[in-house]
Amino acid sequence: MHEMSLAESIREIVDDARKQNPFVRVRTIVLALGELAAVEPDSLRFCFEAVMTGGPAEGAELRIEEVPGQGYCPACASSVALHALYDACPACGAYGVEVTGGNRMQVLELEVE
Amino acid sequence: MCGVCGCGAGEVRIEEGEADVLRPGAYRPVTGRSGAAFVPGRKGGQEGERTRRLRVERDILATNDAEAGANRRWLAARRTLALNLVSSPGAGKTSLLVRTVEALRGRMPLAVIEGDQQTSFDAERIRATGVPAVQINTGKGCHLDARMVGRVLPGLLPAEGAVLFIENVGNLVCPAAFDLGEAAKVVVLSVTEGDDKPLKYPDMFAAAGLMLLNKIDLLPYVDFDVERAIGFARRINPRLEVLQVSARTGAGLDAWLVWLEARGREAGRAGGPLAAGQEAPRSCC
Repeated sequence: MHEMSLAESIREIVDDARKQNPFVRVRTIVLALGELAAVEPDSLRFCFEAVMTGGPAEGAELRIEEVPGQGYCPACASSVALHALYDACPACGAYGVEVTGGNRMQVLELEVE
Repeated sequence: MCGVCGCGAGEVRIEEGEADVLRPGAYRPVTGRSGAAFVPGRKGGQEGERTRRLRVERDILATNDAEAGANRRWLAARRTLALNLVSSPGAGKTSLLVRTVEALRGRMPLAVIEGDQQTSFDAERIRATGVPAVQINTGKGCHLDARMVGRVLPGLLPAEGAVLFIENVGNLVCPAAFDLGEAAKVVVLSVTEGDDKPLKYPDMFAAAGLMLLNKIDLLPYVDFDVERAIGFARRINPRLEVLQVSARTGAGLDAWLVWLEARGREAGRAGGPLAAGQEAPRSCC
């Protein structure tokens, strides 16, 4: 959906890190991407390349570690693996499963030189 | 430009009524090329002697969320209720807003922020009612973000106890992910759209606190099933409040005004002066 804005946020995080710990270029950016974060990795990669052009992370490898989705179903009081937002509970079939994990996007680590 | 939705930054334009302020490139400046030489297109490899790892662990939306938090504190200090109106293009957000501010004008202070890709037509429609309005043009951007709102708040300066309406860009997808510092998102769905939209665009209905079902005067002429639409919306968001309205005839608007006044009173009770150390949003760059 809004992958361009997300790529720009990643660039800001890189710029901030560079101010604190100066480096010449970034080789690898490691992201933790929740399964339920509503981000298309292919689209993010496309935007990432466009946004990083001309900066220290141009040509950097974008490594995406997927974090599995987790939910809690109030209807049957169970913690369940959730593969899509708003799906019915895989245990009891009720809707209204609350997301408890795998909905965030984080820059974990930069490999720099 | 984004291959999915055309979203991009750097072309934001703000129009405040008297002066049309164009600040190309002032928004979110692009960081320049590093002074040291590097080889574009070189792919990363194993960590070697020349490389080191920096542990960062920062949320990608953290910048927006932090700025939204600053907006929220600034609004709370002024006991202002801010609502983020979202919908597809053409659902009737602006017509509904015009009717709403006409009905509330004189009963409480009001202010409006209008978001569109281009033109200041909507802000002009609001200003014609006598209510102050600022237009943000997002250019290629598909949504308002917290920084854009934070930039215009000091100039708009809603009075103490005001209701601030932020009309987002017509788009049922991207605005769901960007907190602006509002008390609630209000999603407008019109009966000329499909009644299955809550399932097709679930993020927005999950993020909203209230759904206004608009254009109900047209129900005799369309195949829109009201119960089905509400059922789908509550499958996504069981706590979603729903009101049925027509901006054209005024049907149902009384209930919406009652909802607004109740939420406005809550904001008035909860808000108050800033505690020490709480920052206000930055004024314009």
